[in-house]
Amino acid sequence: MKTAVSIFAAGMVASFSLASSASAYTVYVSNEKDNTISIIDSTTLEVIDTVAVGQRPRGILLTNDGKYLLICASDDDTVQVFDVETKQVVRELPSGPDPELFVLHPSGNPLYIANEDDNLVTVVDIVDNKVLAEIPVGVEPEGMGISPDGKVLVNTSETTNMAHFIDTETNEIFDNLLVDSRPRFAEFNKDGEKLWVTSEIGGTVAVIDAKTRKMITKISFEIPGVQPEAIQPVGLRVMKDGSRAFVALGPSNRVAVINGESHEVEKYLLVGQRVWQLAFTPDEKMLFTSNGVSNDISVIDTEKLRVIKSIGVGRFPWGVAISEE
Amino acid sequence: MVFCPAIHSKSQLTAKDWEGANSDMNLILNFGKSGRPTCEDPADPGSISLSAVRCGRMLAGLACLIGCLAVIAPVAPQTAAAESEEVPVAYISQIIERPPKLSNLDIPPRDEGLAGGLLSIKDNNTTGRFMKQAYRLEHRDVPADGDVIAAFEALHAEGLQHFVLNVPADALLQIADLAKGKEVLLFNAGARDDRLRGADCRANVLHVTPSRAMLADALAQFLAWKRWRNWFLVVGRRDSDARFAEAIKRSAKRFGAKIVAEKAWDYGPDARRTAQAEVPAFTQDTNYDVLVVADEIGEFGEYLAYRTWDPRPIVGTQGLTPTTWHRTHEQWGAAQLQSRFLKTNGRYMTPLDYHVWAAIRAVGEGATRTQSTAFADIASYIRSQEFELAGFKGQKLTFRAWNGQLRQPILLSAARALVSTSPQEGFLHERSLLDTMGLDEPESECRFE
Repeated sequence: MKTAVSIFAAGMVASFSLASSASAYTVYVSNEKDNTISIIDSTTLEVIDTVAVGQRPRGILLTNDGKYLLICASDDDTVQVFDVETKQVVRELPSGPDPELFVLHPSGNPLYIANEDDNLVTVVDIVDNKVLAEIPVGVEPEGMGISPDGKVLVNTSETTNMAHFIDTETNEIFDNLLVDSRPRFAEFNKDGEKLWVTSEIGGTVAVIDAKTRKMITKISFEIPGVQPEAIQPVGLRVMKDGSRAFVALGPSNRVAVINGESHEVEKYLLVGQRVWQLAFTPDEKMLFTSNGVSNDISVIDTEKLRVIKSIGVGRFPWGVAISEE
Repeated sequence: MVFCPAIHSKSQLTAKDWEGANSDMNLILNFGKSGRPTCEDPADPGSISLSAVRCGRMLAGLACLIGCLAVIAPVAPQTAAAESEEVPVAYISQIIERPPKLSNLDIPPRDEGLAGGLLSIKDNNTTGRFMKQAYRLEHRDVPADGDVIAAFEALHAEGLQHFVLNVPADALLQIADLAKGKEVLLFNAGARDDRLRGADCRANVLHVTPSRAMLADALAQFLAWKRWRNWFLVVGRRDSDARFAEAIKRSAKRFGAKIVAEKAWDYGPDARRTAQAEVPAFTQDTNYDVLVVADEIGEFGEYLAYRTWDPRPIVGTQGLTPTTWHRTHEQWGAAQLQSRFLKTNGRYMTPLDYHVWAAIRAVGEGATRTQSTAFADIASYIRSQEFELAGFKGQKLTFRAWNGQLRQPILLSAARALVSTSPQEGFLHERSLLDTMGLDEPESECRFE
């Protein structure tokens, strides 16, 4: 009997890993106060390694070839290039001071970095390791989004309260749109039609027609029993087919699920404390959230719209990036 | 651009250079990627304004002084500014009594308040480039025996309409009454007096600085949370100390604390060599949890700690202090404002700097959101329900409609650490948790005419 059970269990494990082998991703989390990167296996949902990197790591992303993790080491005033094979920082990019968030051109190069302290967006060639341009923007640039065709870069500035539209050929601003206070994050739909911008202090998400650069609608949030001031939209991700957007609502400890067509809030999911940034697995079956105050990661099942696990990481987890394979 | 690799701090400039610099809003030394000071406006690289030429001269002089090679960039005309509509803002400051120098460590900065104003003008101008709006600061520093009213009238005659004031309460009221019926908006950046938000309120004044009642409530909430309910109140010899003590007594009643003892400190101006003998006797024979001190100017409060008969914490105007801004405040993006201010001025931002910064940012928000530089548009927007200011406090700052007071979280800070931020959890309010601090609408005596 005992043997039968273990065989059965072994079979379960085997079939489980077989079924999920196509979706074994590696999840990287930057821990702002620990100066480390936590590495999580998406099948076991466990931390498999913690690696020391530069000071105050915040925004992170993977290069298109998946070989390197780029890390904004804000207090070191640099972007570090982390080899995911050897798990070592192999070189640094000239980033400008205090890099916080960045976005890669869809072609894989160049990298666009928001330099909060200098009111600049720095354009860096990550192959040649050199600064291509510096674009003056509003006060405290932060959010960075790029259109799928790579032609339009959007930067949000937190104190100027604008989305700046930048032509990536000329590296010049060609339009600005006022949004609510302290815009933190910008993301385009995969079809390039819509742009989403979150406003932390305003407590809203602006949905913008990416072609006309006019506001389609402004989404507000209301959670029973939660003070309105605690609802602070920060990170946002849109599904590839545009059907849903997920918004991290900061100290309200919720992620809002928004219908991509009607722009209505479908559900609020309770996650860890001060939820900050979000990342989908490539198959979009799971969404990982960084929870700054509770020092953990919440894993959301995007079909069932349920939080399925919390994973303890380092102190003040900030950015999340997930490998393609 | 002038590179002086050996200079790493603006404080190396002479005081004389700064007097010149203070009068000019464009003159902001910019510390670039390498930490080198340049004369270039970071918001508009390549363009060098006239004031930047002066900046260049200052830096060049310094460069010679330290033997580094100075290269002055060619002067380019500032075309963008010429097309922009201008929003001039006035800042009038009069300090009647400066705090006594208790030590040689904390010398009050001479450009306190003004430096915050200049940074705010710079922030507004960065946004203004996209709006074709330009901001300018007119500053008048009125000596203690000088005429604040005349300074106001002169600037008003020059066409200024937005005034940030760091003046005593009576002068503020005189200006408010003079400005009545005119297109003028006044921001109170310095006077904490509760009567300005109560019986003596004026419709044309917005208070950026919190009232004593707000500060005392912020402290009282924390003490209530700590369950330190028995307070020993020590009051200094100035009228301002008596008013702070009044606010403390009101807060005690409001948040369920008890003033178990109240004593006037009347040992003269300098206690540094006598405190060890005086304070134990002064605090003996009383059962209390916490010593609350009312010494706004900072004459004796610092000398109470470690000298009380029983080991007790000091709170109030010294020790754990309620304030709007502190150099240890880094949450909610405050680190960015701190570092911008520090890089520009070579010193930390003070509460007064923050108040002036916030007032001028409010004007900037008004002009940006209404896309207008007209006084009526800006002023009515600031007073509207739509107005919100992102002030690095984790939530939007708005004005109370019934008395013109800016709602804001209050920091509770020790000398080298931020201890807490009020409102504290658990104190509820039907409108905004921020309204648990200060005189609320039902109890306010303010009636705008």
